[in-house]
Amino acid sequence: MLAWIYKNTINQFHKILVLLGLTPLARLIYLGYQGALTANPIEFITRSTGTCALIFLCLTLSITPIKKITGLHQLIKYRRTLGLFVFFYATLHFLIWFWLEHDFSIVAMIKDVFERPFITAGFISFVMLCPLALTSNKWSIRYLKQRWIKVHSLIYIISITVVIHYWWHKTGKHDYSTVIIYALLLASLLIYRLHSWFLNSIKDK
Amino acid sequence: MKRPTFCSQISASEITPPELYARRREFLTLGATSLIASSSLISSWALADTPKKLVGKSNPQFSTIEKLTSYQDVTHYNNFYEFGTDKLDPFQNAHTLKTEPWAISIEGLVKKQKTFDIDQLLKLAPMEERIYRFRCVEGWSMVIPWIGYPLSQLIKACDVLSSARYVEFISLADPTQMPYVKSSILKWPYTEGLRLDEAMNPLTLLTFGLYGEILPKQNGAPIRITVPWKYGFKSAKSIIKIRFTETQPTTSWNLAAPSEYGFYSNVNPKVAHPRWSQSTERRIGTDLFAPKIKTLPFNGYEQQVGHLYAGMDLQKYY
Repeated sequence: MLAWIYKNTINQFHKILVLLGLTPLARLIYLGYQGALTANPIEFITRSTGTCALIFLCLTLSITPIKKITGLHQLIKYRRTLGLFVFFYATLHFLIWFWLEHDFSIVAMIKDVFERPFITAGFISFVMLCPLALTSNKWSIRYLKQRWIKVHSLIYIISITVVIHYWWHKTGKHDYSTVIIYALLLASLLIYRLHSWFLNSIKDK
Repeated sequence: MKRPTFCSQISASEITPPELYARRREFLTLGATSLIASSSLISSWALADTPKKLVGKSNPQFSTIEKLTSYQDVTHYNNFYEFGTDKLDPFQNAHTLKTEPWAISIEGLVKKQKTFDIDQLLKLAPMEERIYRFRCVEGWSMVIPWIGYPLSQLIKACDVLSSARYVEFISLADPTQMPYVKSSILKWPYTEGLRLDEAMNPLTLLTFGLYGEILPKQNGAPIRITVPWKYGFKSAKSIIKIRFTETQPTTSWNLAAPSEYGFYSNVNPKVAHPRWSQSTERRIGTDLFAPKIKTLPFNGYEQQVGHLYAGMDLQKYY
């Protein structure tokens, strides 16, 4: 997938963006070499890859509003790269859990998905991300036509399910200070879209 | 700290004949005592702000021979919400805690209310070093060399009335020293509780130190309890009040999420937390890819404490 991202980085900014996107991973590898992944390294890498996926999700969903507000239409070129980074970090997040929590046992994994609501929410989010990553190429856009937009609207549902995932994860700690920031950010990005749809529907009438 | 490396050379998982096993324990004890002794010698030349040494006689009867969790991890990976909810927060923020002067007031169902100051408490009974497993409800565990004496020694000095059935532990909640006491994460002051017979069990340790020194602030200085067969949050830190009651006291975590944290909260691999399984645990400080270890009923202390819960439905009284 990295090779795929690289092949599609046409201009310089794209390359810089890809490098920036990989820095969180580089940081984790560096900290790993230093033996500085805290006293509970697995928890640390699980949480930081999850946070990365969430940050990239916020960035991906910010492109359209920023584009419309600033008129910088070229920004749309970078949305796919950002979206693929969501998938990249979500995959790492998922694999660490699947490997280190469940030792790649599908039975144990499915059991966990049914047992723990916050895992259910996270798992559903990851499953929904997969078709988006698979259909992020030009061929799919051409082949799916109108349906492509419908498929990719899943991202709005994902942005709700990931906040639920994170929120439920924090319920035991009673500490919502971080999750609330992401919840508000994603909520405002969704409200922006509802607002534009509403305006468009009035116009259409 | 040299001790963890010292212990790691002798893996507990090695299969050894019992007589040699017992002698190894002696050897470990000897090594531990001499190390503590030598370190207390060094301490006389040490700088004023280095932690004060606290010597406890090693008690092998109440100690595990498992590999110790490093001093670094024991003091940098803590849940002490008065100082923040991240694991490193207590280490970073607890320096504002004032541990001197300190006293514990004894209240409730006692003949006469009284107060023990820290010097009285330090002298009340001989200090022991006990290496206990410590299992957090979040699914991780450590092996920690605590220093203290059985809580029963203090309780015996309290003239408790016969009507008392429970003991309540109240921690300090001073917003000028503890930044997160202003937050609404939990109901402050942090309150914990035990049944009187649990509190009297010889395993329940009134704890003053770890790793041969007085408790670091992030670990609940200057006095905490350690209840090794229960999830870590039952082991209240920085205690200022002990109250004897007839009815079961309300505890902070039970109040915050009654379906997740019961009053008993005995380590039990068969009773899952609503959001995760409790059947396994991750031992802090082990290799990144080391598999999780199986959690034992009562955290491996079933022999010592199992009888306290005879006939009780542990699914119901989690």
